[in-house]
Amino acid sequence: MTPALAIDKLRVVYDDFIALKDVSLTVAQGESFGLVGESGSGKSTLLRAVAGLAPVTSGTIDVSGQRLGKTRDKAFYRQVQMVFQDPYGSLHPRQTVDRLLLEPLDIHGFADTEKRIQRALDEVGLGSGFRFRYSHQLSGGQRQRVAIARALILEPSILLLDEPTSALDASVQAEVLNLLEQVRRDRKLTFVMVSHDLGVITHMCERLMVMQSGEEVERLQAGDLATRNVAQDYTRNLLVASEGFVRGG
Amino acid sequence: MSDTAMTRREWLLTDRPQSRMQARLGRTYLTWRRFTANKLAVIGLGIILLLLFVAATAPLLAPHSPYIGDLRNARLLPPSSTYWLGTDDQGRDILSRLIYGSRLTLQVIVLVAIIAAPIGLLVGTAAGYAGGWIDAVLMRITDIFLAFPKLVLALAFVAALGPGIENAIIAIALTSWPPYARIARAETLTVRNSDYISAVKLMGASPMRIVLRHIMPLCISSLIVRVTLDMAGIILTAAGLGFLGLGAQPPLPEWGAMIASGRRFILDQWWVAAAPGAAILIVSLGFNLLGDGLRDALDTRSGGQ
Repeated sequence: MTPALAIDKLRVVYDDFIALKDVSLTVAQGESFGLVGESGSGKSTLLRAVAGLAPVTSGTIDVSGQRLGKTRDKAFYRQVQMVFQDPYGSLHPRQTVDRLLLEPLDIHGFADTEKRIQRALDEVGLGSGFRFRYSHQLSGGQRQRVAIARALILEPSILLLDEPTSALDASVQAEVLNLLEQVRRDRKLTFVMVSHDLGVITHMCERLMVMQSGEEVERLQAGDLATRNVAQDYTRNLLVASEGFVRGG
Repeated sequence: MSDTAMTRREWLLTDRPQSRMQARLGRTYLTWRRFTANKLAVIGLGIILLLLFVAATAPLLAPHSPYIGDLRNARLLPPSSTYWLGTDDQGRDILSRLIYGSRLTLQVIVLVAIIAAPIGLLVGTAAGYAGGWIDAVLMRITDIFLAFPKLVLALAFVAALGPGIENAIIAIALTSWPPYARIARAETLTVRNSDYISAVKLMGASPMRIVLRHIMPLCISSLIVRVTLDMAGIILTAAGLGFLGLGAQPPLPEWGAMIASGRRFILDQWWVAAAPGAAILIVSLGFNLLGDGLRDALDTRSGGQ
């Protein structure tokens, strides 16, 4: 089976700064793959490079066996969509939810927009009461649901998730993660998820890669984190850090 | 009132609008409420509406002809019950000329705004979004236009094209777009890398679509404010060109030209120059007050919540 996403020796350079140093990975279809690391480790850059938002200096990206060029075509965006980290920044401040969801349908020339918008809102658990609200009339969790609805409305097969819950508080976080789990099951989606929260990654992903300063540190199965079966010191430190502050005895 | 016992106000302010129209009207109503909270801005709006009304109904309002005067009996008369604002050296009623002149003023303002604002918006957003050499080229052109004093450049254009109100309008429009381009570019730069623009990019939208449908609407409110505040300057530039004899030509009742012709009698017959001067002052003030109010009402940063 062709992997959903295959990245080979991907390098991203901004001026003098190497954000991503020859990272390779493959994600099978229907798999959920996690990227973990501290801020600036290049995990978001990896997602943005796949989405075409960061400049690829060298290396290749294949989506479902198709090599990606410098520019992405419309067919690519039907296949790959992304949910951004900050729900307060990812919705246009002057557009209603309706308009936000209509835009992708309009670009790709869908005819039955009315039905699709309705269905997209239902799927993420927002009733039609939210349809004509502006983003500032929504809470953080509701905004992220709208962002997920927008990403799903084109029916992609791969969803890139850039810390989709880190800007939300704990209870809302769980709701959004459950929603993502559910849509993945229902639609057999492939996830590539970035997070600095090891708990979230263990919960959501089968395999994961630990990254530091643009490089791969190690690759793990989700179970390895729970059983602390890790090889690198850096990962061990991350594990300790994720347990939070422990009161000294 | 609808049968669900919802007042019109509640219908507008509901946080669960049922249709696109209701959402838009609700938003407009909120902007209107913010605008009317500023009493001075409402006065400004009143002045502009009055100007529009006077211009629209000039033939009905004007008591005398603006062009044909009574040279034998009515030269340079002071304000009286027949000639409310007096008469000029050709024996023409100044009030009638002011009323007809409002049409010219409006024409200048509207045409300049229609020409200059879209040029500035297009140049600015294109430069800001494209970046790179397109940005560099467009902004250097803008810099060149900005480097000339407005009136001097307008003078040069009029000198090349010949005097007349149309040429004055073109000249003013050509010299007033650079600040708009600057504003539009600055606004574009702040939003071009935001996630919501990236998200639209990820929908597969073309750069053209992104600029026209997603970036321009964000620039428009600050542009409207700036254009409104510039209206006073545009009126004054038009009046200045008229005063120098390069704008509207006699016998057109352009306010600046009227001041110019009244200058010769300013010591003995002050009303000839004072009346159009006051008209320019009031209309300029109206636009400034309106612009100030719009700035508060349309400000996305404070107005979003």
